Amino acid sequence: MTNPTTGKPLKQIHLAAHFPGVNNTTVWSDPRAGSHIDFSSFAHFARTAERAKFDFLFLAEGLRLREQGGRIYDLDVVGRPDTFTVLSALAAVTERLGLTGTINSTFNEPYEVARQFASLDHLSGGRAAWNVVTSWDAFTGENFRRGGFLPESRRYSRAREFLSTATELFDSWHGDEIVADRESGLFLNDAQAGAFVHQGQHFDITGRFNVPRSPQGRPVIFQAGDSEEGREFAAAEADAIFSRHSALEAGRAFYTDVKGRLAHHGRSHDQLLILPAATFVLGDTDAEAQELAREVRRRQVSGQTAIAYLEHVWNRDLSAYDPDGPLPDIDPDPGEHTIARGRASVRMFRDPLAVARQWRERAAAENLSIRELVIETTGRQSFVGSPATVADTIDHFVQTDAADGFILVPHLTPGGLDAFADTVVPLLQERGVFRHDYAGTTLRDHLGLAHPDARASRPRTSGTATPRATSCSAASGGRAR
Amino acid sequence: MALDGAGWHPAAWREPDARPHDLFTAGYWADLVTEAERGLLDFVTFEDGLGLQSSHPTETDERTDQVRGRLDAVLVAARVAPLTRHIGLVPTVVATHTEPFHVSKAIATLDHVSGGRAGLRVQVTARRDEAAHFGRRTFPPLRIEDRDTPAGRDLIAELLEEAADHIEVVRRLWDSWEDDAEIRDVATGRFIDRDKLHYIDFEGKHFSVKGPSITPRPPQGQPLVSALAHDSVAYRLVGRSADIGYVTPHDTDQARVIVAEIRAAQDAAGRAGERLHVFGDLVVFLDDDPEAAEYHKARLDDLAGPAYTSDARVFTGTPGRLADLLVELRQAGLSGFRLRPGVIGHDLEQITRGLVPELQRRGAFRHAYEADTLRGLLGLARPANRYATAVRAAGAVLP
Repeated sequence: MTNPTTGKPLKQIHLAAHFPGVNNTTVWSDPRAGSHIDFSSFAHFARTAERAKFDFLFLAEGLRLREQGGRIYDLDVVGRPDTFTVLSALAAVTERLGLTGTINSTFNEPYEVARQFASLDHLSGGRAAWNVVTSWDAFTGENFRRGGFLPESRRYSRAREFLSTATELFDSWHGDEIVADRESGLFLNDAQAGAFVHQGQHFDITGRFNVPRSPQGRPVIFQAGDSEEGREFAAAEADAIFSRHSALEAGRAFYTDVKGRLAHHGRSHDQLLILPAATFVLGDTDAEAQELAREVRRRQVSGQTAIAYLEHVWNRDLSAYDPDGPLPDIDPDPGEHTIARGRASVRMFRDPLAVARQWRERAAAENLSIRELVIETTGRQSFVGSPATVADTIDHFVQTDAADGFILVPHLTPGGLDAFADTVVPLLQERGVFRHDYAGTTLRDHLGLAHPDARASRPRTSGTATPRATSCSAASGGRAR
Repeated sequence: MALDGAGWHPAAWREPDARPHDLFTAGYWADLVTEAERGLLDFVTFEDGLGLQSSHPTETDERTDQVRGRLDAVLVAARVAPLTRHIGLVPTVVATHTEPFHVSKAIATLDHVSGGRAGLRVQVTARRDEAAHFGRRTFPPLRIEDRDTPAGRDLIAELLEEAADHIEVVRRLWDSWEDDAEIRDVATGRFIDRDKLHYIDFEGKHFSVKGPSITPRPPQGQPLVSALAHDSVAYRLVGRSADIGYVTPHDTDQARVIVAEIRAAQDAAGRAGERLHVFGDLVVFLDDDPEAAEYHKARLDDLAGPAYTSDARVFTGTPGRLADLLVELRQAGLSGFRLRPGVIGHDLEQITRGLVPELQRRGAFRHAYEADTLRGLLGLARPANRYATAVRAAGAVLP
């Protein structure tokens, strides 16, 4: 089928399911809300995503519980399981669904992470993906051997070298070493299988990797940062981006910007997928969905949550303020941010004085209380409407290059995806823009990504910190059985 | 039951009933653990390491005639957890280069996904090749004969000391959430009662860890900690930190001596009266008649070259004779056995379908699983939370 306006073939939409996270998007106060820890919740969520033929399930990461005002933040869902362990267990209750884990490049070591992802890829039959994130704060570092060792300015430098090192480890086995020939007694045909040498600024390691090449060769690589450095990192190294830009115009601008960077890195347009996070609310009619969406936003932003959110901008204790009253007339504290720790979002407010001014003006003009303003500013769901409206909107976003698909973030655990799977997915299938069934077995197959060739990346003994020349090759020589 | 590759004999993969091409598939491990569960075994352990297997105890080798490569043991255990219901899952965890924070939440999560069947087997490594995989520390060359020199003893003692700290952090993090910390109190808007989450504030020579864990307290409260021990310094680690010690006596007298030493270490660590299991490790080559078992092992030895030796006693014979031996060794104070099958494809079923009925006939083994958690199978109560106790104790002296 072709797009009637452009005449080009219709793009196929990619869909993923983000397990509800530890922030106020997740509504835990709903009577239908279940455990965020019990495996049954993860199994239900994953099975729904697989029933709907989604590309993959996505897990976020946080390595220290958030604090506000010096105490553990208690208004949102708190606590999550270990990413690798849950994903491996989910591989037992699903057959095709991709399994994407967010894993930090700061408080881990390449050898260990590479063997965990290679193991997950083996144990899932080629369904592993790695969302590479960076971290630098000493607050999180207090849980780890090295503490807060990495300055913020070095975090992408470490992340890039971490990934290139892990890639050298993945590629240190080519996929044909295990012969296991009973007659000759040869288990390996190469006494140097898995050998690697890496000398760089961040890692100086040598030896032999101990996991043979996995079905996908390497896990699919995601990147989630939005900074200039993050975009460059993604354009050079990633297979997909988990972006924040789910609004139409911002999405198109981001899409154009990042896809435009690919050529500089010798990569083609379809070697990097742009998958924004998106929230949704469905109703029988558009009007009903809008009403439900308002209710969800009120549940997401309680009076206490609104004050806590305002404190992120003001960098002050605002607990004395009435959430149903006007915004504070004092200005934010422009000093070092101390009120909230363990959150990436506070860094979004680069100029808190300007944000406060803007918010006061808006509250005054629209006669909004603190809570109403926070609801209006933060809570907007990406897609609200009847199943037909939502299917229409998602398709429009993808066909007009605001995205290649979406990572959906439901607000309820574990059933928040059920209605989408039952009502929106069939409409997308009818339009011919979403798969009726999985065509392949690996996540690379679902995402239309080539399987990397271990021998194409570099000779195993060169081992330096230079960026790899091409991230993927269409050749299949390195594809393991 | 100790699972490793195709079995503990280096030539095991060449046996007709081995599956050397399946070692890196989920199906292989699911089949093994399902069979072990069919045999009503208490738990399986999964070997692991941060480098390739080697015929040399402290260095790498370049052999091509033995199984090389392993999947991450925690991930293998998690992969089989949803496919089993009763059997305990005890992956090996290396303490030397890993983060206790990551290990604690991984095993807590294994306990969550298995409904309370998780444990870990802690291991240290002085291998120089494994240290070079991390590039953060170096070790002196250590030959097997150096282990009894002062330098060798100091290095091993230091690694075990670090492992004890590692376990301490892992355990504190398991307790860093009280069981009822998640309150979901809609009236006050609070998801947790943060007074029931605790900083662990561990400070040690090798690491300091703040806490609390990001993962709530596991179903068993404290998943089981186990360790293989061959000498006094390791027996002290078992006595101080473990729920199960695996030991390698070659006869009843040795078993008695080892058990006594571990009990003394346990008392010295202030754990007198706590239930601490001491399991005997044995490598087993089994068959229905003694000659077949001898032939089974001899054929493997012929393939491998030198005759197979092990740190543990090597038993070759019938399941019935093995049952007699285990019952006899039990008299020395061993509370259980970890069997290492010489060839998994052969000896696993000899254990589950041969040895188990023999033990049942002797009234020495269960006829059905009597509990759903690993602690339950091993007769261990669910422990109180150290921080909850501390709060209550402190509360008692406050108005």
